[in-house]
Amino acid sequence: MSEPDVPGVAATLESEELSSGRRTLVLNMGPQHPSTHGVLRLLLELDGETIVRCQPDIGFLHTGIEKEFEVKLYQQAVTLTDRVDYLAPLSNNLGWCLAVEKLLGLEIPPQAQWMRVMLTELTRLNSHLVWLGTHAIDIGAMSVFLYCFREREDILRIFEMFSGQRMMTSYFRIGGLALEPPRGWQERVKKFIDVFPSRVDEYEDLLTNNQIWIGRTRGVGTFPIEDMLDLGVTGPMLRAAGLKMDARKDAPYSSYDKFDFEVPVRTENDVYARYQVRIEEMRQSARIVRQAMDGMPPGPWKADSPHVVLPDRDKMKTQMEALIYHFKIVTEGFRVPEGEVYQVIESPRGELAYYVVGDGTARPYRVHMRTPSFGNLQSTSRMVEGTLIADVIAAIGSMDFVLGDTDR
Amino acid sequence: MDSFIVISLIKIFVVFGALMTILAYLQWVERKVIAHIQVRPGPYRVGPHGLLQPLADVIKLITKEDLVPPYVNKVLYLAAPFLAITMALLSISVIPFGPKIQVAGYQTWMQLTDLNFGVLFILGISSMGVYGIALAGWSSNNKYALLGGLRSSAQMISYELPLSLAIAAPLLISNTLSLRKLVETQDGWLWNWNLFHGFQYVSFVIFIIAAFAETNRVPFDLPEAENELVAGFHTEYSSMKFASFFMAEYANMITVSCMAVLLFLGGWVAPWPAAYGSGYVPVVIFAVAGVITIWRGLNPRRKRDRYTFPPFGVVFLIVAAVFLVPLLQSALLPLFWFCAKTGAILFLFIWIRGTLPRFRYDQLMGFAWKVLFPVAMLNLLATGLAIAVFS
Repeated sequence: MSEPDVPGVAATLESEELSSGRRTLVLNMGPQHPSTHGVLRLLLELDGETIVRCQPDIGFLHTGIEKEFEVKLYQQAVTLTDRVDYLAPLSNNLGWCLAVEKLLGLEIPPQAQWMRVMLTELTRLNSHLVWLGTHAIDIGAMSVFLYCFREREDILRIFEMFSGQRMMTSYFRIGGLALEPPRGWQERVKKFIDVFPSRVDEYEDLLTNNQIWIGRTRGVGTFPIEDMLDLGVTGPMLRAAGLKMDARKDAPYSSYDKFDFEVPVRTENDVYARYQVRIEEMRQSARIVRQAMDGMPPGPWKADSPHVVLPDRDKMKTQMEALIYHFKIVTEGFRVPEGEVYQVIESPRGELAYYVVGDGTARPYRVHMRTPSFGNLQSTSRMVEGTLIADVIAAIGSMDFVLGDTDR
Repeated sequence: MDSFIVISLIKIFVVFGALMTILAYLQWVERKVIAHIQVRPGPYRVGPHGLLQPLADVIKLITKEDLVPPYVNKVLYLAAPFLAITMALLSISVIPFGPKIQVAGYQTWMQLTDLNFGVLFILGISSMGVYGIALAGWSSNNKYALLGGLRSSAQMISYELPLSLAIAAPLLISNTLSLRKLVETQDGWLWNWNLFHGFQYVSFVIFIIAAFAETNRVPFDLPEAENELVAGFHTEYSSMKFASFFMAEYANMITVSCMAVLLFLGGWVAPWPAAYGSGYVPVVIFAVAGVITIWRGLNPRRKRDRYTFPPFGVVFLIVAAVFLVPLLQSALLPLFWFCAKTGAILFLFIWIRGTLPRFRYDQLMGFAWKVLFPVAMLNLLATGLAIAVFS
């Protein structure tokens, strides 16, 4: 079956005759398919159940967020970043805030930095839990999914406690945090982080030594690391191929250099290695959260920069200047000096970067995101050609992409 | 002769009614067990503890729009679910649930019909069931359904071999093809069961693995692997036609579990003779269940338990009392043991579903032909040799 020649439908594959005399079958997988994690469309050319060619088709979740940045004030754009990678909203908040703060030359107080580290690591746990759950359910292990979502629920409750929102938190603002950390957050986070390592053991009990799981994941989805680098693959996928690349270590931001953690690396470069890397990352993230919680420095939670950071409510009611600043920031924003900045952070999926060009006004001239999902997703064809349909599911599951992050 | 027809008709209605109810409630049990494995409550809204959920499901499925897509092969598309459910329900007709009983002066077997080749009949019928799935996949004219149907036919034909070979071993021991006689040879103590005859647990394990594959259950549920093939062979089916496939799957599960019980676990025979008190086991079980439920109802952890638990407790106590009536004991006790053993196997099915991931297609076929088939073959040869030497 050939695809209709409709403008906008970019990807097409034609059924072809193989050298063996058999005709191939073109299977359209997605954009509405249980395992394409959103709206990825894969065109598969099959010989029996073996994939001859695979053509991914993206763009079904294109929202024009990058363009929308240009009409938003700098502080308004924080809410846009939540919606790019909806499984790791705080990582995106952080990337944006760090980029703009670099442009402004703003000094962030230690408490805000540590709080940011703690919450971003919780975000990493959140994202990895969703990944593990959906990856496991793709391969047929149903229960792991619900165990993962039980822990994710705890994390979302913590987010809700901090920001009033479960997913679209927008808790990091330019210059610090949106709100004062709530009373009693330590107990809540401690309660979670005390049980979490044992929960990771539970997932591992179900999967790590399971022969069926190993049979489904080992040796699947491999391709040379040189090609990975060419395609721009980053994050856990690259680390599972043996390259220790992690922005938290290589280009520390938000005082990550003050934390003690390991970057897990495997060399097998298959779906199983990616699983191992992410499981180990969960343990390391839990370690970072504990360190951040125990060593949280006292002090202010937002920068002392009245032009940029909104004043406290009580000051607004007593001080003239505070009221004026509040009015000015809310109505016309704050001016960011001319220049361009490239800020890299390590999102759960890989290297996330914000490239911001300021033109001296309160709105960015241009914002570009280097999103990890896009790079990782490019490897689809290389990974699945010559394998079986079941391996496609395992392979795209191991990439851990978010279509919002891919299409922007 | 007239009484034979009347009795047969009555038996057919009773067995059919019971089977349909069990099919519906097996679904409820599965959802509940899986839910509790996955730390969630499961169906809870329709009736107390979701007990009326099966009824709601049936009403929903019946009232759904019955869609026949325009691009299907109509004849085969309509015949496929019919074939699947018929073949699945047919095999229950030769399965015995208990010994001869006396009702109102008439003696009858707790079985619809006793074929002296009952085992072969079930094997034949279950092979016919593959047609339902293969035709559904092909006639739907949908690529996912086609792949599901192909996978299914290949899988079921492959696993039928080790299944038959595993069944042959206990048949050699019991030296009969009649399911009723098979049970009678296992009478007495626990070690008379075919499972405990020498190394027959090997046959049992092979049988169970092949049975999982035959019924398309996790970890062999590739034909309907949702995450790969959307819904597999029944992608294009809706309403009662979909329900037919669904019921066929559960009916097959029940048949296979019954077969396991009859072949290996002594059928309706109690683990030890009634002279040593095996007749009081159901009484004790139901009485303890009743007492616990009533006690929990009186000391409720949740408010609604005060109202929902005591009625269950009373029902359990009544059931316990019924098992003490001498007149009913001869019929109820075998039935209890049969249901208990079948239930245990069914629970295994559900438990595995909550635990294991899914095989890949080539691994599944490799496992059948490279591992299971040779092992089943060797097992059969060894069993034959052992019987020839020792008897």
